[in-house]
Amino acid sequence: MTRTALMALLSHWRRHKLQLATLLTGLALATALWSGVQAINAEARRSYDRAAATLGQDVLDRLTAPEGVTLDQFVALRRAGWQVSPVIEGRIRAGGTPLRILGIDPLTAPPQAGLTALAGDNDIIGDFLSTPGLLLVAPETAAQIGDADLPPTRIAPDVAPGTAVTDLATARRLLERQRLSYLLVASEQPLGLPPLSDIAELDRRTPDESTDLSELTDSFHLNLTAFGLLSFAVGLFIVQSAIGLAFEQRRQSFRTLRALGLSLRRLMVLLTAELAVFALLAGIAGLALGYGIAAALLPGVAGTLRGLYGASVAGTLAFDPAWAAAGLGITLAGTALAGAQALWRVARMPLLAPAQPRAWAMASARTLTAQAGGAVALLLTSAVLVWVGEGLIAAFACLGALLLGAALALPPLLIGALRIARPLARGPVGEWLLADGRQQVPALSLALMALLLALSANVGVGTMVGSFRTTFTAWLDQRLAAELYVTAPDEAAAARVRAAGDELADAVVPIWSVDVDLRGRPGSVYGIADDPLYRDNWPILEALPEVWDRVAAGTGAIVNEQLFRGTDMTLGAPLRMAEGWEVPVVGVYSDYGNPAPQAMIGSDALSRRYPDVPRLRFAVRTDPDQAAEVAAQLRERARLPDQGVVNQSEVKALSLRVFEQTFLVTGALNVLTLGVAGIAVLTSLLTLSGLRLPQLAPLWALGMRPRTLAALEVARTCLLALLTWALSLPVGLALAWVLLAKVNVEAFGWRLPMHLFPAQWIGLAGAALLAAGLACLWPAIRLTRLPPSRLLRVFAHDR
Amino acid sequence: MIASVPAAILSAALAAVPAAVLAQGYAGLGAEADGDFAVPQQGAALAFPGDHLPHPDYRIEWWYLTAALSAADGTRYGVQWTLFRSALRPGSDTPGLPGDTRQVWMGHAAVTTPDAHLFDERLARGGVGQAGVTEPFEAWIDDWTMRSTAPADADPLDAITLTARGNRFAYDLALEATGPLVLHGDAGFSVKSPAGQASYYYSQPFYDVSGTLTLPEGDIEVTGSGWLDREWSSQPLSGDQEGWDWFSLSFESGAKLMGFGLRESDGGHFTSATWIAPDGTETAYGDGALRLTPGATAEVAGRTIPVEWRVELPDEGLDVTTTPLNPQAWMGTTFSYWEGPIAISGSHDGHGYLEMTGYE
Amino acid sequence: MLDAHDLRKTYQTGDGSLTVLDGVSLSVARGESVALTGESGSGKSTLLHLLGCLDTPDGGRLSLDGSRIDDLDDAGRARLRRDRIGVVFQSLNLIPSLTVAQNLAFQARLAGRHDPDWQERLTRRLGLDGLGQRFPEQLSGGQQQRVAIGRAIANRPDLVLADEPTGNLDETTAARVRDLLLELVDETGAAFLMVTHSDVLAARLSRRLHLSGGRLA
Repeated sequence: MTRTALMALLSHWRRHKLQLATLLTGLALATALWSGVQAINAEARRSYDRAAATLGQDVLDRLTAPEGVTLDQFVALRRAGWQVSPVIEGRIRAGGTPLRILGIDPLTAPPQAGLTALAGDNDIIGDFLSTPGLLLVAPETAAQIGDADLPPTRIAPDVAPGTAVTDLATARRLLERQRLSYLLVASEQPLGLPPLSDIAELDRRTPDESTDLSELTDSFHLNLTAFGLLSFAVGLFIVQSAIGLAFEQRRQSFRTLRALGLSLRRLMVLLTAELAVFALLAGIAGLALGYGIAAALLPGVAGTLRGLYGASVAGTLAFDPAWAAAGLGITLAGTALAGAQALWRVARMPLLAPAQPRAWAMASARTLTAQAGGAVALLLTSAVLVWVGEGLIAAFACLGALLLGAALALPPLLIGALRIARPLARGPVGEWLLADGRQQVPALSLALMALLLALSANVGVGTMVGSFRTTFTAWLDQRLAAELYVTAPDEAAAARVRAAGDELADAVVPIWSVDVDLRGRPGSVYGIADDPLYRDNWPILEALPEVWDRVAAGTGAIVNEQLFRGTDMTLGAPLRMAEGWEVPVVGVYSDYGNPAPQAMIGSDALSRRYPDVPRLRFAVRTDPDQAAEVAAQLRERARLPDQGVVNQSEVKALSLRVFEQTFLVTGALNVLTLGVAGIAVLTSLLTLSGLRLPQLAPLWALGMRPRTLAALEVARTCLLALLTWALSLPVGLALAWVLLAKVNVEAFGWRLPMHLFPAQWIGLAGAALLAAGLACLWPAIRLTRLPPSRLLRVFAHDR
Repeated sequence: MIASVPAAILSAALAAVPAAVLAQGYAGLGAEADGDFAVPQQGAALAFPGDHLPHPDYRIEWWYLTAALSAADGTRYGVQWTLFRSALRPGSDTPGLPGDTRQVWMGHAAVTTPDAHLFDERLARGGVGQAGVTEPFEAWIDDWTMRSTAPADADPLDAITLTARGNRFAYDLALEATGPLVLHGDAGFSVKSPAGQASYYYSQPFYDVSGTLTLPEGDIEVTGSGWLDREWSSQPLSGDQEGWDWFSLSFESGAKLMGFGLRESDGGHFTSATWIAPDGTETAYGDGALRLTPGATAEVAGRTIPVEWRVELPDEGLDVTTTPLNPQAWMGTTFSYWEGPIAISGSHDGHGYLEMTGYE
Repeated sequence: MLDAHDLRKTYQTGDGSLTVLDGVSLSVARGESVALTGESGSGKSTLLHLLGCLDTPDGGRLSLDGSRIDDLDDAGRARLRRDRIGVVFQSLNLIPSLTVAQNLAFQARLAGRHDPDWQERLTRRLGLDGLGQRFPEQLSGGQQQRVAIGRAIANRPDLVLADEPTGNLDETTAARVRDLLLELVDETGAAFLMVTHSDVLAARLSRRLHLSGGRLA
């Protein structure tokens, strides 16, 4: 019996291959995008964990001093019983990429990643603690630094990418530092210690939550997750409509099977099993697809995270069985969700009720009212959150409420719009088109909501990225005002650059900096010349009067926006840049793409405090038309390597390339989401096309040609898509505003002005029309191919 | 997992520390001295106070003090203070942070009570000043110190103060010697195996101790007797030795016994003993004179360990049984081992200390 | 007015071909009303569909007012249906998204022959006053069929075809609806052909044709 029943149930799918394909496609797509995003997130989290584990830095207090901690201070603290461990941290360039050097003392360090690579090998420990020392690096880092002139490396898979863990002494040599960056304070200390301040004058600081890497990048991952969830939901729309239709079409079979003695319970079990098998098959396909998507996107994500947060994430994907299991689980759960309604109906189906066609997707006026009510509530919530919400979670909750509210508002608004448009209709066909469109809205609403979400996300993210790009480009123009940037390998070459530059160029302005802890975070202070290069161009956001005079005189410093906002500074507040040297902050400048705090002050003032820092970098002003020639001459006369002189335009091009790379993922996800929304529209239309015939046949009988009807179907779908697009504009702009004014400030510390990009909107309208048009093309073509007998069957007696 | 990493690295770094090394299955490591390290020679005379200081050309060395104590109410306690030196390469460290560390230092401290065993551990590299042994005599790692308080004309070890501090305990003790230094083996040349592995080994077993223990429940004034061992070597043990059982016993008669047995993989003991008369006169006994027989065992840190022993030295009419103050005196440090105070009964009564390594 | 000569229609089925009409010839004059009867599956509906230009014959000739219509293309047939023919099916005649008034006027407006006065008269005659703004799903079956009749007639067609127009209604309602249908067709003077099972109804028409085995008896 079970076998026979199963054959009867499954035969449906043999006859409706398209429906089966739709169901499997929807499930696979939903799984793919969701699990793809999860894979990316998991990979990034693994990288953060490695970064955090590389030093217990996220939990332990630190002792710092403006000019660094001395070895004597460390020993004095230890000899007083304090359990502290020294760290020297900094960056060098190796093999063309920046390498973070983390110098530790393995004998006193807190639990520490990477050192497993040393365990059990006495010789290696000896090497680690000796000259030339050992660098413990992740495999990808080892490949990156290649054969750079560095101590030998040893692979330690748990070290964060882009970081080398090494001995304190090795780090000190590589970074050319005398002092320690800071001391880590063990969380448990012995009984009865003397106060810290009696032993050494150091600042004790608990790690600032907001500077925590994973906290910072949470917004990005929330973003990705939101995209993934959106796609998953859209995929489920597809699945739900396919399951719904299949069950509807099999009502007669169900009834017959039950009449023949199959128990309801067994029928339910069979149907559930059938769905579960489909979910598993589609889930596996989706996982494969998701893995592919993740592998394709991951390098871009790594680029984004590096560009925005300075976080190193491995660019390669590891396969994780737990991920696969979770992916299949979510597919099964999603299928259960999508199929629940259909199964419920089967369960409640009376055995002997007449088979009557039912517009299963039709929503009543009451549903519409409920949707409108829900939409208003959600949109109000969103508005309230904008005004009173604080922090990233509130910002994202606000975005969620906005999107969901807009989606719920879509059907009532579309119906309203079509009603308002009624007087515009000319002739019976126009009237019918509007009226019919109105009636189709509930049936298509899920697909249209998906389209709305995809379009809004596109408008919002597009506006944000575009605003960012516009601001960034303008900022680059200001920031890279000099025509040439020169880096000399040593002091002698630097002197040659100055000499040659004085002759060849309008001005040669040194650029030099010292690494200093600024308000507790490692940053740098630049000594700048009093030059129009800065006065006329620098991207100042906010400043006290005579800012440049005060900076030049060394009586004031300007700081980047990250430092300013990150520490809730006000203009005029003191900033300590060396032991016993504090100056007021007199201005703030924008400094996009730099995760670290930065300050600038007159070169003379800085060199009085740090006399020994070499000045090897210069900005060279010259006539832009002659820049190339001056560059060539400088290279020759100062005997500089090719890369020693860089043209401003090259730097800009490089920066923009980095920028584009940064937002590649966002763009790709945008396109994917829009694509899935298009598929949702397509499957909804395909599902509906069978139900459409009774609505279209009378028109045909009254003398309308199938081709005309098909054209009208396309027009109607496009009309709905266009209306959806129109609604997506305000939603998308609101989204962009929240992203720029709320999320950005929380996540990056930068506030960006919002720019509008109408051309982008037109493009999106095109994309929406294209997606909808392509989606309805097939159903429309099928309509033109229908034989009259198929249409006439609608009117046949025995229905 | 990560929490165990420093331990793992150090278990390698300090692989040459013999007691623990044996216990950790590094038995072979210390067996042959690296060509660069100095090797103990029979007949070389020890000279004091110079030999109280480090011998950086030898691979390993320790300053090892144990004390059997009691409070006014009769409660017994034990205290351990150890500074290990382990050389990555022979030679002294350049002061500062030059980047070629030669010496690694490790400190162990413990307080044993009848129902608790509190211990802690410290590690440091040489050269920076975090640990070392210098003149006028002071051995230290972080704020744990063993400092001479003896008059200038006396041996520096005649009077010392001893401090250590962990997260749950601390102690501050004053020790005064009532007898001379004792040289083990042949004038301080102590043979460890039939193959001839040896170390330089001397002791100060005659300390009267008084001072304060700080425990979670409060400060306790204690008095008792202490025993300092000094030993250095480069190849102390042979490859087939699995661990050792070491006794320092103080009898009510005023006599003392240092005895150890190196357990060989074939089950036998290579034993060695020094009988110390109340006036400090030592009598050395070679392999076989001392008999060690394990008695009752206890489950300690997941191992079965013989915590009671029968100790016999027929030549001195000695036949005693030792029982631990606290069978759970497990040093769960980077290298783990059993170390705790014991009571002696039988032909002689008294108190002492027992160390057992290599029980897996 | 309507002349059919030797009409043939064959359907391809899974087991081969099925000849539904095997040489049917007939003619209907203006003002004439013809009943088409026959067993289930005798091809009544198929013949009606061919006559109404809803489907094309495989053989034979069909002409309206002397001009051939069987060889018209899709667009020509659609124009003919729109301009000259009114059809009433058993059910599902109406466009669900349009109101009763819009449904009534739909075909006439398509054909560009909308006459508000005539529609108003029809509405009254059909007893649909006050229902103009309702949607089909809000009407009873009888009301729906009356709308369908009104729509077929509003266009003042030359030919009215009905396929069991009251087959879905109860007897009382059916009687009222078909009286109305016959009356109105009579008033317009159109040629009228109706498929029916009912001998009583067939008897009320001017002529009766019986279809059997794909041929007229």
